[in-house]
Amino acid sequence: MRAAYDGVVIAAPVTIPYVRYSTRDAHWFLGRALAALIKRAGIKKDQLDGLCVSSFTLFPDTGVGLTQHFGLSPRWLDHLPMGGASGVVALRRAARAVQAGDAAIVACIAGDTNHVDSFRQNLANFSRFARDAVYPLGAGGPNMSFALLTSHYMRQYGIEARDFGKLCVAQRDNALKFPHALFKKPLTLDEYLNARPVADPLKLFDCVMPCAGAEGFLVMSEERAKNLGLPFARILGTIERHNAFPDDPMQLRGGWALDRDDLYAQAGAGAADMDFAQVYDDYPVINVLQLEDLGFCEKGAGADFVRGNSFTVGGSLPLNTSGGQLSVGQAGAAGGYLGMTEAVRQLTGETLGARVENARLGLVSGFGMINYDRGLCSGAAVLGRA
Amino acid sequence: MSELQEPKPRNPVRALRRPTLPPGGRSRAALRLTAAAAEGRFELQHCFECATVQYPPRAVCVNCLSHRLEWREVSGAGDLIADTKLHHSNELYYRERVPLRLGTVKLDAGPVALAHLHRDCAAPSRVTVRAHLDKSGQAVLIALPEDPVDRNDSMLREMTSDPKFRNVLITDGKSAVGQALAKALVEAGAGIVWLGVAEPWKQGAEALALPQTERVPLDLTDEKSVRDLAGVIGGKVDILINTAELHHNHTIADRGTETARAEMEVNYLGLMRLAQAFGPAMRARAAEGAAPATAWVNLLSIYALSALPSHGTFSASKAAALALSQNLRSDMRRAGIRVVNVFPGPIDDEWNQLVPPPKLAPSALAKAIVAALRDGVEDVYPGDVAQDVMTRFRESQKVLERELWDQ
Repeated sequence: MRAAYDGVVIAAPVTIPYVRYSTRDAHWFLGRALAALIKRAGIKKDQLDGLCVSSFTLFPDTGVGLTQHFGLSPRWLDHLPMGGASGVVALRRAARAVQAGDAAIVACIAGDTNHVDSFRQNLANFSRFARDAVYPLGAGGPNMSFALLTSHYMRQYGIEARDFGKLCVAQRDNALKFPHALFKKPLTLDEYLNARPVADPLKLFDCVMPCAGAEGFLVMSEERAKNLGLPFARILGTIERHNAFPDDPMQLRGGWALDRDDLYAQAGAGAADMDFAQVYDDYPVINVLQLEDLGFCEKGAGADFVRGNSFTVGGSLPLNTSGGQLSVGQAGAAGGYLGMTEAVRQLTGETLGARVENARLGLVSGFGMINYDRGLCSGAAVLGRA
Repeated sequence: MSELQEPKPRNPVRALRRPTLPPGGRSRAALRLTAAAAEGRFELQHCFECATVQYPPRAVCVNCLSHRLEWREVSGAGDLIADTKLHHSNELYYRERVPLRLGTVKLDAGPVALAHLHRDCAAPSRVTVRAHLDKSGQAVLIALPEDPVDRNDSMLREMTSDPKFRNVLITDGKSAVGQALAKALVEAGAGIVWLGVAEPWKQGAEALALPQTERVPLDLTDEKSVRDLAGVIGGKVDILINTAELHHNHTIADRGTETARAEMEVNYLGLMRLAQAFGPAMRARAAEGAAPATAWVNLLSIYALSALPSHGTFSASKAAALALSQNLRSDMRRAGIRVVNVFPGPIDDEWNQLVPPPKLAPSALAKAIVAALRDGVEDVYPGDVAQDVMTRFRESQKVLERELWDQ
């Protein structure tokens, strides 16, 4: 049995408002996030002795360069190139550092800019396999991978476009109350079904919109959070996995399927106990995979689960209560933090949008890095109300 | 199997479409896929230790981490397990060509291949994956149906240079090779076939009377002659096949430099004159319509790779032509035009009358060139002698050098 994260908490969720395009650089968004964390916690910059960074557009810098850029002298530093899994992984790395006394306050930040042409340039050189074996086919970004996965999943398990649409429509409903969401208009199922095709069977509202922005949170001891007067959430269990099930010809399951028992055993709770879930949602099919792999339903039963539940904040399973990336926007690596900051807000009552009543336990899961034909990084965390 | 459609004439009022290319960046390891595809083979990395076949290319074996990896041919057979039609792309080249059909193939050999899809492939089905050079000159994977392949498929056409409906210039049309090529191209459904004739007064027109062919004056040793012809037909040539050659059977000790100079004038400088006169016009038309300018073929010699001393001056001129052709290939790739190098052994023609068999029949050479254009291949080693020398060249260049001393 793995050691618990007793005495370590997550606090001070911050969001730097998203914009579709920005002339600023990643350093600007990350710097704003750091400043927001310091302000929110009421501490001095020097009190941050740990820093964890995720960003796709920071090149040629890494977290190392940021220490000088921001005038920090941390005694603990991490840079996680894990995209959509970086929020969960940052939390578990930082929690252990605090628990072991290697750092007292770790600032976890993720953010990216989005210039009018930066998305294309990022795609072309996303990974060696992508450069050698995907980008030359004309496939820009993950649309191709998720189109292939969606089409395969639909044929294998009989889920329909309207089921995916139900998830997207519910998330939009949640987003309408969330001030940072870039999508401000309601989405109907008809609009979803009749949107223009992007990569069959994906249509416009299946695909996340790249944008610029940043997210951040602090990890520290419970005692310190109390002294600072910061609301916090407890870290009950976490998992991460990379390149799970490499022999599956198509990614119909992710690393969560391998590690969920471990997660729930550490948390002392199961899927049925969750008051909400914040799952990684760049395309709705991946929501369904996570719900299956994290035990909300059996593998292949995603269609029935979607049909039998409702996913708005007041629904039977509040899902992506900020609106998720599909309705808020995907600010690069911050997309991997969006669910984490929202989960903390739900559990501490600091919500910016709609609030899940009496939320005590919440699940956050991440997914990242389409290296070639599938996402390699998966992670999940169970957080609890203090 | 349905046939290629005849392209419609270009609307002269519209601006020429400027050539764009698919992304050509590759890791060094992945260039081996290109190297095999250039000769028409689909090769993947095999682990020498554990026999795992892997893709995309890696530095070590994905299974046992051995660094002893070999590139070996694989069948390409596999199951197409998912497909999609992409309606957008971030690259100019593909924006002009959407929607794109792409799919996931589980190869029988083991790995998963993401590939272009021929239009007759739909998941789930059995397919055959091939590596083809695309317009960037680098290999990409394409899944083809198991049944006879419809050559009208737009992505397959992008990767090949089928002579059907294309206008071809054969620079020496009166040689045995030139005549055989003209016949093969006409049979392959080429449009106009121009036959270059260096000394028109020497030969009766009737000897060249093939249907759909036109005789044109072309002397590769005369810059003005080359430029004059380019001025007349340069804007119409879709495929240029340089067959002109001068071939003396001498070692360098036999003769003065005049022999060598005469060979260089045709075999090396002649190619340069052609490249300068015809290259720019072909590059400008590389994206025009359904059958744009597409390929340039050079008749070299297997002895361009390792000299045959008994044909020393000829070997030297062909080695020079090979170096020049590599330069030309680098220039033409910017427009997506393929430069095909053909490396035959002795051809059964007037120059090799005293060379004992085996010799390559001009008709077999012509067939190999047409096949190379249809298959989108870049380097061709036609016939038994060329294959034999190439095998020896790959095994040991130095051993081959010794072996050629007394031939």
